[in-house]
Amino acid sequence: MRIARLLGIGWLFQFKQMSRSSFDSFLAICWPIFFATVAFFMFRQGGKPDALIYAGLGAAVMGIWTATSVAAGSALQRERWHGTLELLVAAPTHFSVVLLPIGLATASIGVYCMIATILWGRFVFGIDLPVDEPLSMALAIPATLLSIGALGFLIAVAFARFRYAWAIGSMTEYPIWLICGFLVPLTLLPNWVPPISWVLAPTWGMNAIRESSTGGTPLPDIAMCFALGSVYVFLGVIGTEAVLRAARAKASLSLT
Amino acid sequence: MTSLRIFFIGGLMAYRGLINWLSPWIFIPTLVVAPIFQILLFVFIGRSAGVESDKFFVIGNAVQYASIPCLFSMTNAISGERYQQTLAYLLVSPAGRLSLFLGRAVPVVVNAMFVAAFSLVVTSLILGISIPPTTWPAIALAIAVSAFACTGLGLICAAIGLRVRETAVLNNVLFGLLLIFTGANVAVTELPEWMQWISNRIPLTHGIQAARQLADGASLADVSGLIATEFAIGIVYTVVGYQAIRLMERESRKRASVQVA
Repeated sequence: MRIARLLGIGWLFQFKQMSRSSFDSFLAICWPIFFATVAFFMFRQGGKPDALIYAGLGAAVMGIWTATSVAAGSALQRERWHGTLELLVAAPTHFSVVLLPIGLATASIGVYCMIATILWGRFVFGIDLPVDEPLSMALAIPATLLSIGALGFLIAVAFARFRYAWAIGSMTEYPIWLICGFLVPLTLLPNWVPPISWVLAPTWGMNAIRESSTGGTPLPDIAMCFALGSVYVFLGVIGTEAVLRAARAKASLSLT
Repeated sequence: MTSLRIFFIGGLMAYRGLINWLSPWIFIPTLVVAPIFQILLFVFIGRSAGVESDKFFVIGNAVQYASIPCLFSMTNAISGERYQQTLAYLLVSPAGRLSLFLGRAVPVVVNAMFVAAFSLVVTSLILGISIPPTTWPAIALAIAVSAFACTGLGLICAAIGLRVRETAVLNNVLFGLLLIFTGANVAVTELPEWMQWISNRIPLTHGIQAARQLADGASLADVSGLIATEFAIGIVYTVVGYQAIRLMERESRKRASVQVA
């Protein structure tokens, strides 16, 4: 109960804080719209209406990853700058319970991006996205958000000791857009790429949302989102221990 | 002589001191790896949509990505003084403003040229795109002129950065707009007319067109008009940017807001 409360309060606090940052909110919303606009022009030029819907759905989910990648990468650095990292680490609560809501909050900002991109596609490019399975869609979107948030948490832990983690987080933006099938079907990519895509939750989240939209079978994809999300959280918790132990041993926790 | 020293040595020192992106931990992810993946992303979107050739996207995005160093580095090279608390010392110095501010643009242009050329070469190799070696010097010229023109836009951002705080947001938004309007991924002729009007008046558009034509075998003489237009646009933006910096300097003195960050 205590952990659930911490997760909830932590998420709300981080979400409110990020919502007030023009970089984490306004830019996170605009950024995928720029790329979506270019993609919409390209698919419209190609004259394939189905492909335009495919791109519309993909572009909507791109924003969730955009909001997560940079913000999660720099989550610990931000705490360092605020001077709160030591306090959080010294608190009796396990540090991963403090860190996980940051990943979830960054992914939640992605909801703004998603809505903005869908509205942009609808009103500027006339892309009417179908929702054949509303109930599945209602499950697929949170599953995607949670699993991407969990991946953000894992990134935050993995890059905790890098001073410029934001740059590494930012670097992951285009590759994930590309290999998780947001705008390009995996079948178009070289054969060695899809196995990498399969261990990334955004791939399954994207599939789940597409299947819900077109009336397919999204439940296996949703299940994969939850399964991979759980693995990320598990690895993140173990990683947190290792990172904190090393930071304490080298007295490098607050180095900026 | 002093002005030349400020222009070249001062410009380089300021650049090295203020651009923390030169750290390999930032430089490699953002200016080496990211442009390659941006190019690959649009190449595959292009294949999926069935439009244009791989070469079209490789050249368009390589040149367009030069805008990242042009915008971000140019802004930081000047407005970064605010954050280092050194702007007031700079502004009370008797140094000529032209050499002081424009000298910082030279390393920016060189960096942008490197980013564009490196990503162009690497992605050409990855995708097996053949660009005749004889055209490389002319393409390098098109890239240099494009980088210069975009640095002019960066100067305007630097001026704005002397007044507003969120320069990272501003630069990212401009990068996104350049992605749409310069024809890096969608030929300018495919854009609505009002967008074409803007495209023809911003940096990079003509440079990208020139680089594409050169890669397709055109001679330097064939694209001289495009390169001259790109250069002229660069001059206009540089003059506007420089004047904007001077205006912001005067205003910040008047309002005692020089160091307010």
